[in-house]
Amino acid sequence: MLSIKNLHVSIEGKDILKGINLDVKPGEVHAIMGPNGAGKSTLASVLAGRDLYNVTEGEVIFQGKDLLDMEPEDRAKEGIFLGFQYPIEIPGVSTVNFMKTAVNEHRKYKGLDPLSASDFLKLMREKKSLVEIDSKLTNRSVNEGFSGGEKKKNEIFQMAMLEPKLAVLDETDSGLDIDALRVVANGVNKLKTRDNATIVITHYQRLLDYIVPDVVHVLYNGRIVKTAGKELALELEEKGYDWIKEENGK
Amino acid sequence: MADINTINKDFADLFNQGNELLLEGSSDVMNETRKNAFQDFSKLGVPTRANENYKYTNLIPAFDHPYNVNLKYQNVDVDLNEIFQCDVPELDTNMVLLTNGWYYGNNKELTELPKGVIVCGVQEAAEKYPEIFNAHYGKYAKTDEDGIVALNTSLAKDGFFIYVPKGVVIEKPIQVVNLLRSDRDLMATQRNLIVVEENAQAKIIVCDHTLTHHKYLTNSVTEVNVARNAIFDLYTLQNQHLNSVILNSTYIRQESNSNVLSNTISLYGGTIRNNHHVILDEEHCENNTFGMYLMDRDQHVDNFTSIDHAKPNCLSNEHFKGVMDDQASGAFAGRIFVRRDAQQTQAYQSNNNLLLSNDAVINTKPQLVIDADDVKCSHGATVGQMDEDALFYLRARGIDEKEARQMLMFAFAHEIIEKIRVEPLKERIDELVDKRLRGEISKCNTCAIACNH
Repeated sequence: MLSIKNLHVSIEGKDILKGINLDVKPGEVHAIMGPNGAGKSTLASVLAGRDLYNVTEGEVIFQGKDLLDMEPEDRAKEGIFLGFQYPIEIPGVSTVNFMKTAVNEHRKYKGLDPLSASDFLKLMREKKSLVEIDSKLTNRSVNEGFSGGEKKKNEIFQMAMLEPKLAVLDETDSGLDIDALRVVANGVNKLKTRDNATIVITHYQRLLDYIVPDVVHVLYNGRIVKTAGKELALELEEKGYDWIKEENGK
Repeated sequence: MADINTINKDFADLFNQGNELLLEGSSDVMNETRKNAFQDFSKLGVPTRANENYKYTNLIPAFDHPYNVNLKYQNVDVDLNEIFQCDVPELDTNMVLLTNGWYYGNNKELTELPKGVIVCGVQEAAEKYPEIFNAHYGKYAKTDEDGIVALNTSLAKDGFFIYVPKGVVIEKPIQVVNLLRSDRDLMATQRNLIVVEENAQAKIIVCDHTLTHHKYLTNSVTEVNVARNAIFDLYTLQNQHLNSVILNSTYIRQESNSNVLSNTISLYGGTIRNNHHVILDEEHCENNTFGMYLMDRDQHVDNFTSIDHAKPNCLSNEHFKGVMDDQASGAFAGRIFVRRDAQQTQAYQSNNNLLLSNDAVINTKPQLVIDADDVKCSHGATVGQMDEDALFYLRARGIDEKEARQMLMFAFAHEIIEKIRVEPLKERIDELVDKRLRGEISKCNTCAIACNH
């Protein structure tokens, strides 16, 4: 589904990613862990198409297409979803209007007619209950005045609405209390199918108690330095990142 | 290019040579006010950029042009009621027309107005209702402070007059549409008076429309007195063509416990200057002064406002927002005066601007003069580009860049539109602004509110 080969990325002349290789297959959950500043969020942003970064080398193929050649909106319509670490507040844009526009853009891309108002509201209701998000939140402007937990729930709600093939969740657990974490993780698990895949980016192992990964990668200093099964996450939790740093000659 | 002295001299000649026509048909009070105003104009002249209040708007090019001036009512060779129809089905208003600033002689009778409400021309009001008219005319507009206002008062012959008697609530908004229609370039002087008596309620929508492509300069002054406990809304929609100059001065006086909301929406016009003056002359008034401007190409807009807290315990909210594109330029000045005894004043002001191009310019200047010590006041001004993070967020959900920009601009402007207290008007303005921001309204010869293309 996703194949990243030798990806090098810099920002303002500074190298952040220094040769990432990653393969994700349908149905898989990958966790990318690593200390602060390792390049985790950069990887997520580059996949979603943020233009602050320069890709200097390498390729990203998503379902047979060159992902790096696409605008962010086309990546989204191809099935990439970025769950933002810091979801943006957009005063004046209602969540309903935002989601309706987005859903219909996706439908147009697939050659489908836009949803009628009633079908759209029905879809909203369904997805809201799936991710346990309060109606009060979707009636407001996008993320405006939301708490950290509400913002993250709203990301999962949007993911549910758009049904991506590959979701990249960037530090979705940061700043979440245990109840919100459970809600977010349940949402992700419910949305999981044999055909879609998830990349969970996290600093801590805690989220992985709820979203069980098939593969865990450790990203350090712009490279994936370790790849193993879910037990790696526990090891990191126990031992921290220092041994990784030492192994890789910090 | 003519210099300012030539322009001022031309107006003096017009005033002196046209004096007979100016006096004709106007009441003694109007003519007395006229005489004094002309003395003020002789001292002040058309304001230049040397005048601090007009620092950002150069009026010389606007005035340096051979305009036709009508000092008496010109019969209209067609039925304007036929030509102009406001066909927004949901927007049910009591509509009257003005032609080049004059009250149209062939207006349909407004049959649904409550008893005692008067809607007519200023000349007619001066003659038929002198008690009301003379108590208010020329009492609020300050001819000794602004040359434009002095010029208006010197040349004023007509405009609209609206009177809402004590305790009367007008449910349907009154819509005043000024149609600029001429076969020559024209300077129109329009003088309006609105009197809202104690405990009365009214909403007025004022629109300007250019029906021909000639160059127009409109210099209008509106005086408003809102008595105790009255509630009054004034919506001004400016939608003329790029070759027009709109000078629009409004003076609102509020008495105790009155509530006023004004919203000035500038969609199109070559050069627009709005002077908006409010005096909270008794206690417990609430004033809401809102405005929005969407400018592109070489358009220019200047909103100059002053809110005078003359008495204690009043609340004012002022919020102007603008979207500027291409080489458009603009200014906002917001003065708040809190007089020495106006304790417990609450006065809030903000001005936010979105610049879409590198060449667009906005000058924003909040100014608070506070002479009382127990007050709550705030002001803030922002000038910024589109929020790239928000843009990316929308795009990352599959919304294309153009649409995402549109959504963000619309959201920015909507904050002002949502303050409109007439639901169908709000919806209509929403649609208009959406179209305007999409570049789908370039110039409209019909009513912008009704325009469906």
